[in-house]
Amino acid sequence: MTVPVLEIIGLNKGFPVKNGFGRTVDEVRAVDDVSFSIAKGEVYGLAGESGSGKSTIARMIMGLERPTSGDILIEGRNLGGGMAAAEKRKLVQMVFQNPGSSLNPRRTIGQSLRVPLEAMGLAGRKIDARIGELLDMVQLPANFAERFPHELSGGQKQRVAIARAIAVQPRLLVLDEPTSALDVSVQAKVIDLLVDLGRELELSYLFISHDLSLMRNFADRIGVLYRGRIVETGRSDAVFENPAHDYTRLLIASVPVVTAEEEAVRPKIPLIDGEIPTAEALLALREQERRNPTSE
Amino acid sequence: MSDVVNPKAAELPRLSNAYQNWYRFSRNPTAVIGAVIVVLAILAAIFAPYITPYPQHAGAVVNFRFRHLPPSGTFWFGTDDVGRDIFTRVIFGLRVSLTLALVVLGTAVPFGTIMGLIAGYFDGWTETIIMRLTDVALAIPPLVMALAVAAVLSPDLTHSMLAIAALWWTWHTRLVYSMTRQIRSQEFIEAAETLGASKFHILFREILPNCISAIAVKTSLDCGFVILVGASLSFLGLGIQPPTPDLGTMVAAGSAFLPEHWWESMMPGFAILVLALGFNLLGDGLRDLYDVQEVK
Repeated sequence: MTVPVLEIIGLNKGFPVKNGFGRTVDEVRAVDDVSFSIAKGEVYGLAGESGSGKSTIARMIMGLERPTSGDILIEGRNLGGGMAAAEKRKLVQMVFQNPGSSLNPRRTIGQSLRVPLEAMGLAGRKIDARIGELLDMVQLPANFAERFPHELSGGQKQRVAIARAIAVQPRLLVLDEPTSALDVSVQAKVIDLLVDLGRELELSYLFISHDLSLMRNFADRIGVLYRGRIVETGRSDAVFENPAHDYTRLLIASVPVVTAEEEAVRPKIPLIDGEIPTAEALLALREQERRNPTSE
Repeated sequence: MSDVVNPKAAELPRLSNAYQNWYRFSRNPTAVIGAVIVVLAILAAIFAPYITPYPQHAGAVVNFRFRHLPPSGTFWFGTDDVGRDIFTRVIFGLRVSLTLALVVLGTAVPFGTIMGLIAGYFDGWTETIIMRLTDVALAIPPLVMALAVAAVLSPDLTHSMLAIAALWWTWHTRLVYSMTRQIRSQEFIEAAETLGASKFHILFREILPNCISAIAVKTSLDCGFVILVGASLSFLGLGIQPPTPDLGTMVAAGSAFLPEHWWESMMPGFAILVLALGFNLLGDGLRDLYDVQEVK
């Protein structure tokens, strides 16, 4: 068996809760014993509502946050021990959520794209040539290199962010809600671009999103994250057609549907006061049913 | 916000940022008045020997036949107690004031900016030491500091400049520090970090360009203040020593002959007012241009 591009084993992250005197009184478990792996060329979707720990996982993979415990292995080698930061950067890169704030407003697109190339040790003409190549790969004209981010649309900016991330030719791209700041029509085009680039460059993706409808088309496998734990995992069509966990059902039921056929395959969720309940309310209801099976 | 890449749109002529800024600046009357005053003052100071009617009066010339003459066609600003042309001496006096501003801010602004970037980006002891140092420095009024230094060393311009510069950098440190703290938390800084940019690159290429407009505004406003402090020192006899013409010294010398020979202190005083006003108008104009928020 080949070594997975990314393997996460028993990852934990707790944030200390401090009282007014700066003493730690409690701990918030942002990520709770999470394990999964991503094979070469695979798209792994990490779904969950805001606060479920998705972004914390991404930040730990990128080294922006330190895990409390657990291991992050990239191509079989542990991030915590031995692997130099420079080496890791060549293997894993990230596309941030908001292209408006992930590009420096005072630097041109070309200047922003230079950063990873200079860090790689390229110089002179080679950098300019590579910038043109990268812009071409994300289907932007070469003269965009002289422009400032405010002259670009949201979708164009996100293309630049993608170009910057693939500049070092990584194996894995962490996509932290890459389309949530974009219009729906633009989202699909960015996803198409990612699919094409993934095939062309043999990239693996960790796709983090709260939008399950996007994930269904894009991800090969899905992990559903609830309060820092992976509550369900499996091939994406399997998860969609036959969700095992109530929380997954709730997430799928929350996706807006247009046609009657779509409505028919929508999982049934007990309504509370005629509305789709919150995750907490639904899981509390299920817990109650488990304790008093007769009341149904 | 369309993402359609239109090849024609990419070819449209594009107004450069510099031109856009210039256009907006030229529409702001106070800013233009300020800029004109400042540019004229600088040109007058540089070319003083060629544009003044009696350049030899900048030195120790005695001409008792013409002493205490009121403003006229021959002597535009009148003459002083030894018969020298006040207009000539005011123009030469600009040299001292502008040199003072240039030297003080030329050392204080770059130093203060670098300290602010460092304190804002690095946590812990570095931040604590630099920021507590600025607290101490800000508690001392520059004029008092200059008086103390002049008393300990000897009363001349170099010592006054040293004293003012030694305190002035802290204002810029605090300004840049607060901006750096704010910019540091933005995604483009994290993006640069994950792309492998050096600390030097992040401080001077990513953060600094976002502070430049605020620094320019503050520096321009500071010019006015430094000139006033310099003039105050000269007035108290701690700045430039006679016979070198200096605006503050001339106001002090002329005050002995008030009110009947009013022009002897009013004319240089008026020059100080216009010069300080010019820098303040320019600074305000730049602030409007960059839409910089007031930093306390």
